[in-house]
Amino acid sequence: MSPRDVVITGMGIVSSLGEGVDAHWKALTAAKPAPVVDPERFAPYTIHPLPEIDWSQQIPRRGDQRQMETWQRLGTYAAGLALDDAGLKDDEALCSSMDMVVAAGGGERDETVDEAILNASLSRNDHDVLLNEKLTTELRPTLFLAQLSNLLAGNISIVHKVTGSSRTFMGEEGAGVSAIETAAARIRSGQSSHLLVGAAFQTEHSDMLLAYELAGFLHRENWKPVWQREGAQGGGVITGSGAAFLVLESREHAERRGREAYAAIGPVVSRRSRRKAAPLAGDLSAMLEALSLPEGPLMSISGASGAHEATVAEAEAMAAKGNIVPRAFSSLTGHLKEAQFPFAVALAALAVHHGKAFPAFDPEKEAAFDGKPEAVLATAVGYHCFEGMGVVTRA
Amino acid sequence: MVAVTGMGVVTSLGQGREDNWNALISGRSGIHPITRFPVDHLATTIAGTVDFLPASNRGASALTFELAHLAAAEAVGQSGFPDSDFAGPLFLAAPPVELDWHHRLSLYAGAQKHHGNKDLIEAARTAHALEFFEESQFATIADRLAETFGTRGLPITLSTACASGATAIQLGIEAIRRGECDRALAIGADGSATAEALIRFSLLSALTTQNEFPEKASRPFSKDRSGFVLAEGAGALVLESLESARARGAEILGIMRGCGEKADDFHRTRSKPDGSPAIGAVRAALSDAGMSEDEVEYVNAHGTSTPENDKMEHLSLSTVFGERIKNLPISSNKSMIGHTLSAAGAVEAVFSLMTMREGVIPPTINYDTPDPAIELDVVPNRKREAQVSTVLSNSFGFGGQNTCLVMAREPV
Repeated sequence: MSPRDVVITGMGIVSSLGEGVDAHWKALTAAKPAPVVDPERFAPYTIHPLPEIDWSQQIPRRGDQRQMETWQRLGTYAAGLALDDAGLKDDEALCSSMDMVVAAGGGERDETVDEAILNASLSRNDHDVLLNEKLTTELRPTLFLAQLSNLLAGNISIVHKVTGSSRTFMGEEGAGVSAIETAAARIRSGQSSHLLVGAAFQTEHSDMLLAYELAGFLHRENWKPVWQREGAQGGGVITGSGAAFLVLESREHAERRGREAYAAIGPVVSRRSRRKAAPLAGDLSAMLEALSLPEGPLMSISGASGAHEATVAEAEAMAAKGNIVPRAFSSLTGHLKEAQFPFAVALAALAVHHGKAFPAFDPEKEAAFDGKPEAVLATAVGYHCFEGMGVVTRA
Repeated sequence: MVAVTGMGVVTSLGQGREDNWNALISGRSGIHPITRFPVDHLATTIAGTVDFLPASNRGASALTFELAHLAAAEAVGQSGFPDSDFAGPLFLAAPPVELDWHHRLSLYAGAQKHHGNKDLIEAARTAHALEFFEESQFATIADRLAETFGTRGLPITLSTACASGATAIQLGIEAIRRGECDRALAIGADGSATAEALIRFSLLSALTTQNEFPEKASRPFSKDRSGFVLAEGAGALVLESLESARARGAEILGIMRGCGEKADDFHRTRSKPDGSPAIGAVRAALSDAGMSEDEVEYVNAHGTSTPENDKMEHLSLSTVFGERIKNLPISSNKSMIGHTLSAAGAVEAVFSLMTMREGVIPPTINYDTPDPAIELDVVPNRKREAQVSTVLSNSFGFGGQNTCLVMAREPV
């Protein structure tokens, strides 16, 4: 134990399963955890939609809500849940000195304007002039801000007054991994005493599906757990809307203000495997070794996306290790992209906190776990690139 | 202590340190009429685009990569580290790029049906256009740079809007200070001057529409300033622990003495009226550098040429420096290169270090009509020879981003 251990004192999570840590604990420890899916709206693609959310619970001003689209609202909302949970929501002094690292993609484009351009382009050859014509007259000026990656953090500053520092990392799952890794390293080195870190992903928008489907990554049959999508039509990924924000503090900082922590973040490793050059499973095994994991059965909150190659490699590396019992949460929440690793860490912390393992999310492929989890592994292996893993332990 | 042992830069003024520096000190502008795309219907028809590269017409992602690659190759080359085995982490400031419109439209043209976005997705699935996929992924540019230069670990791509370049440097400094590495490659690159980007900034009334004399359009701190000029470029720095640089006998180009930031919670595009976040960022950087404000000898301004920024920057600096601000040289590189957005903080850090090394302060050009409300020594119109041993460089961005760097010529 060190005064600079990284402890988690607040968590705000949202997915199709509900909002908040209690709702997730309940849904995920049910005898038969069931997914919430919408196979219709974006057919042939299934998605896990957002639950109904009363935004004003965390974003009281209508004006602020109007300035954002759903992605930024979702992240700002989840950040508010985390701050509330950590007892920091209205602590002006601690929020104004709090650092922030957000992992972000881009916000939603205006689908109506884009469709109008697509359709008009079929009967014209002067596409560049068409773009100028439509974009200058039909774009809402403020939509640009709702799309900018760093404006999720910007909105968190405005709505929740978190203003110590503000960095936004980009790059799919890897951004979420780097966000947690950097946040933890800052606390361990004394560069930060308390910090808000997390991400949100809003899949209910055609561009969010388009980005995956440019390389055929999406699953195109009925819902199945991630481990069982190999051989089905499509690339194996089912996406979901969701968010995960964590309040991290140094042990010393949390103790000084009398906060009990959910769990501590132990070692985190990240990697840019050269997947074309060597089998990914070998890289993942090397990462598992680098973590010096405890002996005996170890639950892994796996961020496996369902993408065939990456998911098979992760299963292979875990099987080779021998003692790992996976719980792939994206079977139930869908793939949350940038939020994948923060969400995995949050669920791992919940299991450590309750001293109880999650039941199998996929009873056919995931073994039972009987013990009381003292340490839990969290993983996020990018559907396309970049890998991260970390260990969450008792605080 | 973190040293700089390599620097590279590309802007509309040219490729490489030498061409850029010569243009800067002769007060030459890189701003010109836009030729990359038609300007019908556009209020602003000028920019500081980089038009002389093979990727200049291949979309924002390809050009951002090429700009970053060229700047990084120059920086790594100067540092003396192997050009394909840099062996330190990569921090890349880059714009959030999306699937290029030309690619979007070409996919749609090839779709089986034409009922909007769903058919575009179906066309994407069947086209197997992997280069379009890569363009849509935020990890791509850094992944390619990491592969090319042999950087270590998971590369970090970041965006703090117009402060991004400074944030990339800050992340590198912090990683070295934590002892995670003895060197880091920090790059800011932006090749995103597409028609849509121009229109988006235009709709926020951020751009000048003084199209008639492009080279005169960017006029930071002048009374008749009317908005920024969208521009492209890249800056790259090899950051290294002073100990490591000395041990291998590398030439030390300058020292990153300190960095500081403070987020603003006032508004998405406007600063808090009292300037407290920018003031906080300047003070945090000075404190991190262990310097008093009296020790700053030159300010490399954010100086965008928007009415709002320049007024707020003056307010913040005059609060920190008091009466002394009237005589402290401060100039804006953006008067010549425009606003290179995600690249700006890195490009301007390179120019700040060159200012100290060369003993010449680049001017703020187009300073014909001083703003009486902004009393500053902006090094108007002509370069000035001066021994400069410390520089403060400011970067401010949408979303309440304020990041400042303090650089020094020599280690203390």
